[in-house]
Amino acid sequence: MADEALFLLLHNEMVSGVYKSAEQGEVENGRCITKLENMGFRVGQGLIERKNTVLLLVDLFRFTKDTARFKDELDIMKFICKDFWTTVFKKQIDNLRTNHQGIYVLQDNKFRLLTQMSAGKQYLEHASKYLAFTCGLIRGGLSNLGIKSIVTAEVSSMPACKFQVMIQKS
Amino acid sequence: MAVCVAVIAKENYPLYIRSVPTENELKFHYMVHTSLDVVDEKISAMGKALVDQRELYLGLLYPTEDYKKRYGYVTNSKVKFVMVVDSSNTALRDNEIRSMFRKLHNSYTDVMCNPFYNPGDRIQSSRAFDSMVTSMMIQVC
Repeated sequence: MADEALFLLLHNEMVSGVYKSAEQGEVENGRCITKLENMGFRVGQGLIERKNTVLLLVDLFRFTKDTARFKDELDIMKFICKDFWTTVFKKQIDNLRTNHQGIYVLQDNKFRLLTQMSAGKQYLEHASKYLAFTCGLIRGGLSNLGIKSIVTAEVSSMPACKFQVMIQKS
Repeated sequence: MAVCVAVIAKENYPLYIRSVPTENELKFHYMVHTSLDVVDEKISAMGKALVDQRELYLGLLYPTEDYKKRYGYVTNSKVKFVMVVDSSNTALRDNEIRSMFRKLHNSYTDVMCNPFYNPGDRIQSSRAFDSMVTSMMIQVC
């Protein structure tokens, strides 16, 4: 990504665009959040495919450990926390917790899309709109790597937020 | 040069199959289908080992065929590329096959990022992908 600000501003416009073009009923029953999440899903799928190719080209002559195929879920989650997050938000996830039974919590203490909004409790109720796209992004990336999941986000105090990933065992 | 190129989705249905001598197409479809078993075997065999980037390329699938060798390649998103190569005229080196697969992977990534393409559909309308595949196939005059 050439410029962080570009994605940030575009994302904000996207959220307000979806809400402006929604009808009255949709705003109340959360259809806009679903739309944003689905957008993020498709973007996540394409992004993961692109990350695959870049890994190939860069590591062509370096057979290092970094290019290992993902052995299990934990590897995939770590990849999301490090490489994927760095590509999109230029920083890594600050904290990854798991209960080893398919639930992972990714904590970002300074989430790029929320830093401009507030530094505490102000505008907390609007935060979920701005997190829907990123939830979809994570879900899309995971689905292309073969993991079905449900991703939700919660914010207790801006700009820190937690993404909870629940892996579906099928 | 390749005689047949196939892109198989993760659920093992074909997203794109094209072969050059357009008669006998069914034979190529059958060859690709049978090589899927070999591909799956290779993927599960290397599941626990520490695998590096090289292993995305699976190499020669059927060592017993004398001509029409098949090569396989798997992406991290479990999309498989199978290529049938006619080795009767030129012996293709490993590196050339790898570079063909890399080009294929790059074009596939471009198709994925195309907003008009829904993941899981057949790759029918992408002219760029078609022309890239044509450039890899044998020139049949």
